[in-house]
Amino acid sequence: MNEILSMKNIFKSFSGVEVLHSVDLTLNKGEVLALVGENGAGKSTLMKILMGIEQPNSGSITLRGEVVEIGTPAKALDLGIAMIHQELSPIPEMTVEENMYIGREINRFGFVNSRKQAELTKEWLDKLNIDISPMVKMLELSISQTQMVEIAKAISYNSKILIMDEPTSAITEKEVMRLFEIIKMLKKEGISIIYISHKLHELLHIADRVEVMRDGNIISVALMSEKSQKDIVRDMVGREISTIYPKCKNKIGNPVLEVRNLTREGEFNNVSFTLNAGEKLGIAGLMGAGRTELISTIFGVKRADKGEVRVNGELVKLRKTSDAINRKIALVPEDRKLMGLNLIMNVLENSTMCIDQQISTFGFKNDKKGQSLATPIVDKLSIKIQTLKQVVENLSGGNQQKVVLAKWLLTEPNILLFDEPTRGIDVGAKAEVFELINSLVMEEKAVLIISSEMQELVGIADRVIVMCEGKIIGELKGKEIMQENIMALASPKNNNGSKVLIQ
Amino acid sequence: MQNLAKDPTDANIEQKKGKIPFYKSANFWKSTGIFWALVILVIIMAFSQPAFLTKPNLINIMKQASITGVLAIGLTLVLLTGGIDLSVGSVLGVACMAAAYLTTEEQGFPVYVAFVAGIGVGAIFGLINGIGIAYIKFTPFIMTMATLSAARGIALVSTNNRPIFNLSREFINVSNSIYFGLPSLIFFFLGVSILAYILTRKTVFGKWIYAVGGNQIAAKYSGINVEKVKMIIYMIMGSLSGLTGVLMASRITSGNPTVGEGYELDAIAACVIGGVSMAGGAGSVIGTVIGVLILGVISNGFDILGISSNYQKIMKGLVILLAVFIDIRSRSRKNN
Repeated sequence: MNEILSMKNIFKSFSGVEVLHSVDLTLNKGEVLALVGENGAGKSTLMKILMGIEQPNSGSITLRGEVVEIGTPAKALDLGIAMIHQELSPIPEMTVEENMYIGREINRFGFVNSRKQAELTKEWLDKLNIDISPMVKMLELSISQTQMVEIAKAISYNSKILIMDEPTSAITEKEVMRLFEIIKMLKKEGISIIYISHKLHELLHIADRVEVMRDGNIISVALMSEKSQKDIVRDMVGREISTIYPKCKNKIGNPVLEVRNLTREGEFNNVSFTLNAGEKLGIAGLMGAGRTELISTIFGVKRADKGEVRVNGELVKLRKTSDAINRKIALVPEDRKLMGLNLIMNVLENSTMCIDQQISTFGFKNDKKGQSLATPIVDKLSIKIQTLKQVVENLSGGNQQKVVLAKWLLTEPNILLFDEPTRGIDVGAKAEVFELINSLVMEEKAVLIISSEMQELVGIADRVIVMCEGKIIGELKGKEIMQENIMALASPKNNNGSKVLIQ
Repeated sequence: MQNLAKDPTDANIEQKKGKIPFYKSANFWKSTGIFWALVILVIIMAFSQPAFLTKPNLINIMKQASITGVLAIGLTLVLLTGGIDLSVGSVLGVACMAAAYLTTEEQGFPVYVAFVAGIGVGAIFGLINGIGIAYIKFTPFIMTMATLSAARGIALVSTNNRPIFNLSREFINVSNSIYFGLPSLIFFFLGVSILAYILTRKTVFGKWIYAVGGNQIAAKYSGINVEKVKMIIYMIMGSLSGLTGVLMASRITSGNPTVGEGYELDAIAACVIGGVSMAGGAGSVIGTVIGVLILGVISNGFDILGISSNYQKIMKGLVILLAVFIDIRSRSRKNN
């Protein structure tokens, strides 16, 4: 074995909570190690430790046989460890060459030698067969191209270990193939890769070994060829997958939300669909397909350029979010910290945010009534808090999401729009969210779910519409709702050709 | 609740919820710290300077503090929404000129007209600021800096740099009377403070102010009309600047186009000392009132000690940094 990196007995806790319990990880020269696990399993903490962003409480890191201390990200780069982040962070206004050499500009007396930087950048890009000019601005590149540049940048540090965090979450299937080619090329160069992904089918193509984490523990380490996808999932979630998606016998009723030819230039085009009472309708698509833009327009966050929306058959104008709320529409947004919560307010203040006015008298708040309304909902959702006065900033992701849900349930909505309702929450909370969705449709509420995790839609939706590049490309019902079909429709390359669906 | 937390992050909550009365909890000192700072300051002053605790001196402090105070209360609301208003001093100047012009012996309008006009003028500037910030999306700093310049220009142009004298007796009495042994100005400060306290703590609109300042995107997604909230806040701020201008005209018994220059900085300082966050969403009216008093006591104390106003400016700068430093420290400790 050609062991290059070994992390042993890593412990880490944040404010008294242990998030990594004696974690081990080894990496061999020129291999791709897949690191998988649910959100919150500890993968990113482990990688942050390797990158010098966090320090372990105890444990050791051995690099090429030498014990090392990685105190800062700069030290990690020095040691030849680089990371391609999930959310790429180039400076859009700078050119490719400027981004490559940011923080280590090739200069003479403080004057940057752009020509030299461009030459070297070109060399690195050529090495990876990437056809991008060093002189274009980053903002002109696609997500995939940006990623390529980031990879080139990472290896330009002479990195021997590359961490890739969800590299395929935002790129098309064709681009994924291109990425895999590059990964294979890197392997031949003797570079080792830690590959973090939720997309298990991808791992079969590129990973040599797979390490599964759950709740801060390593559950299993094995050769990829020895593990089936099902085994990996069981290791990840700790039980059979079917139980995460509880079934329910919902009765689908009359149309409650009809969207016709809705258009916002540059975001989505001529979108039409119908959502019925008691129905769970999924919207699938890649990042940037226009799904979030679509439902935030329906919710009145943005205004449509064209098209109409009917609620219960009545044509409505949704100019402001309050218009939508008055029509009994609720939106559980994709980013709860940014759009869902006021982090410095407490649970009670957050959960009554939308009904304060409704229960007020002459503009004065009625905190007592708010509390009596919020308490049963907080109990029903089993939000783990000691008191309603607890500030939401310190709650776990799952509990924060439940506070957002409580806020919307208090408005007694008939139409619920969920945008990535399970992003960043643990498996237990995930199952609870789906159970809640089921109980809502059993009460004949209409539910629309956007999710990037296709298996989630497969598990829960009655019907799935697939969006690609701002348009609705297709609709899947019943048995047609399969990951393969969703993927086929969601990828731009398939749009002009035939769409062969697996029945 | 069956699901009582076993989550260790909730450990500190248990302590908060436990049987310890509020005045004994660590939180008590944290949330009332600024008040004790004022108390200590007063005690030091009282012992070191016998002239400090005399009635005329205390009345003097209150008079001085009241003018800054009304502005600071308005600015508290603005800062809570995550904005800032640099134009308060200039708007005050325009309102001062308007009130003085209307109450000269020649014009002879009754006192209430001066108030209506002054507050009205302020509200119009507030409306302009509000539209610029909420709807045209100028950043508050830029928008109100422009108003700062323009409004001062208007005040100066209105009389070609000349002050206005000969104001009516009744109008001059407004700011220079004593009721129940207290200067009349303090009642304006007190009244504005109480109204602002009720607005921020008891009303739905008050919660919206905090919601907009704390996270305006989340506020928008919760159905709050963020633009409208901001516009109303800048109008309130403008009206209060106008009110202060009227009170100033009466207090200095003239209309002076340069009055109020630099007042915005004192008012912002009072808010910051009182714990109002410049990032929005955190702070309180009571904190600001104490901040106003601390600034008042300090500058009065220095006056008594015979320290020149130039040195006072240096000291004021240090006090602001000290107050914010303590605030940052206590916040970061809370987070760890």
